[in-house]
Amino acid sequence: MSQDELLVLIYKKDEKAFTHLYDMYSKSLFSVINVLIKNREEAEDVLQEVFVKIWKNIDSYHESKGRFYTWILNIARNTSIDKLRSKNFNNSQKNLNSDNFVHVFEDSNKLTNKIDTIGIQEFVKKLKPKCIEIIDLLFFKGYTQQEASEELAIPLGTIKTHNRNCINDLRNYLKI
Amino acid sequence: MEATEYIESGILELYVYGLLTEAENIEIAEMAKKNPEIENEIISIEKAIVALSSSFSPFHSVANYEKIKARLELKHGKVLEMKPVSRWSEYAGWAAAVLLLLGVGYQTLQLGETKQAISTVGNEKNKIERELAYLDQQNKKTVQSLTIVRDIKNTGVTLGGQAVSPTSFAKVYWNKETKTTYIDAAGLPKPPKGMVYQVWALKLSPTLTPTSIGLLSDFEGNNQKIFAVDQTAYAEAFGITLEPAGGSLSPTMEQLYTLGKV
Repeated sequence: MSQDELLVLIYKKDEKAFTHLYDMYSKSLFSVINVLIKNREEAEDVLQEVFVKIWKNIDSYHESKGRFYTWILNIARNTSIDKLRSKNFNNSQKNLNSDNFVHVFEDSNKLTNKIDTIGIQEFVKKLKPKCIEIIDLLFFKGYTQQEASEELAIPLGTIKTHNRNCINDLRNYLKI
Repeated sequence: MEATEYIESGILELYVYGLLTEAENIEIAEMAKKNPEIENEIISIEKAIVALSSSFSPFHSVANYEKIKARLELKHGKVLEMKPVSRWSEYAGWAAAVLLLLGVGYQTLQLGETKQAISTVGNEKNKIERELAYLDQQNKKTVQSLTIVRDIKNTGVTLGGQAVSPTSFAKVYWNKETKTTYIDAAGLPKPPKGMVYQVWALKLSPTLTPTSIGLLSDFEGNNQKIFAVDQTAYAEAFGITLEPAGGSLSPTMEQLYTLGKV
């Protein structure tokens, strides 16, 4: 289902639309929330909040301002960051940096004793370590180019193209 | 700027990530509207990053999906269905209150008597309350199980016993719409120590492809023997195997306990 088809259903606010919305994006958003929150149970609570916000504020989304996915991604990141702040994480910045999405995923998986790792290792093998770092900071953690450039000691001007090359590797692998 | 040049600059990736200013967003959204090449590029980037991030999503419970729906009041059918049963627990609540009052009344009567007698009554009252709380909890679990079994949206798949355990059976309740899947494992023997049942969604043709949809962990603790497993997108059959604790990447066919076609 494309974004446009989904939006038509969502504006009608019917239950099926919610199921589609959840199927299409809950995993993606949950991985982002989990990377930021780093506690699977709290991340589930945040995921609830995020979907409630999406559903209740759907009228404030306009296609002229960007992709629907980008809009919900920002809601997921902001809600997670608010949650971290409300818990008075003094070292939240440090906390954000210490683990990338691959590590956080592996940790969460250990706890739940689940075996969904099939295929993940393949993904990780296809991506260069630098790419994991760049995608981790820009996509998962929402760093600005400036912040990512400082963190990774890569010249600011090359962050964008570096990230694009990584996404291209990913697309070649996924044949998208 | 030329479309290709724009695409190659890497700005569209940042657009999807949500890292640009509002002005930049509006500009790109407009360009995408006019230029299908840019639009398609954006959609592909989005697909790639959604696929990557989705793969790194840790397990999250089906219950959470139901909780969100409940918070959004999207569960009309089910709420109605549960009402007559929930009235039962209301009665249980009243019964608890009445019992408590009786307990208190009894205590008042006994006030003249020794402290020993009073404390005996108190202990009994506590015991009754604990029993009631336990029964109430059991009742809630039964109601939950019943809701799953009764849900007409669920496809019921009966899994019959196989060579290793011919008397075993199990049932899968699969809602093809929401993809939620529950297993009723009351017909399976207690797994040996260090072993766990693993549930597989099977695609039969062109080749047999098993996909793990979860483990029946804490088998003994779950006295209803109804387990929520991962969402099942597609299945032609379901099977349950006995695997070492933690599960296996692919099913151990010699330990196939039950199997059934959808």
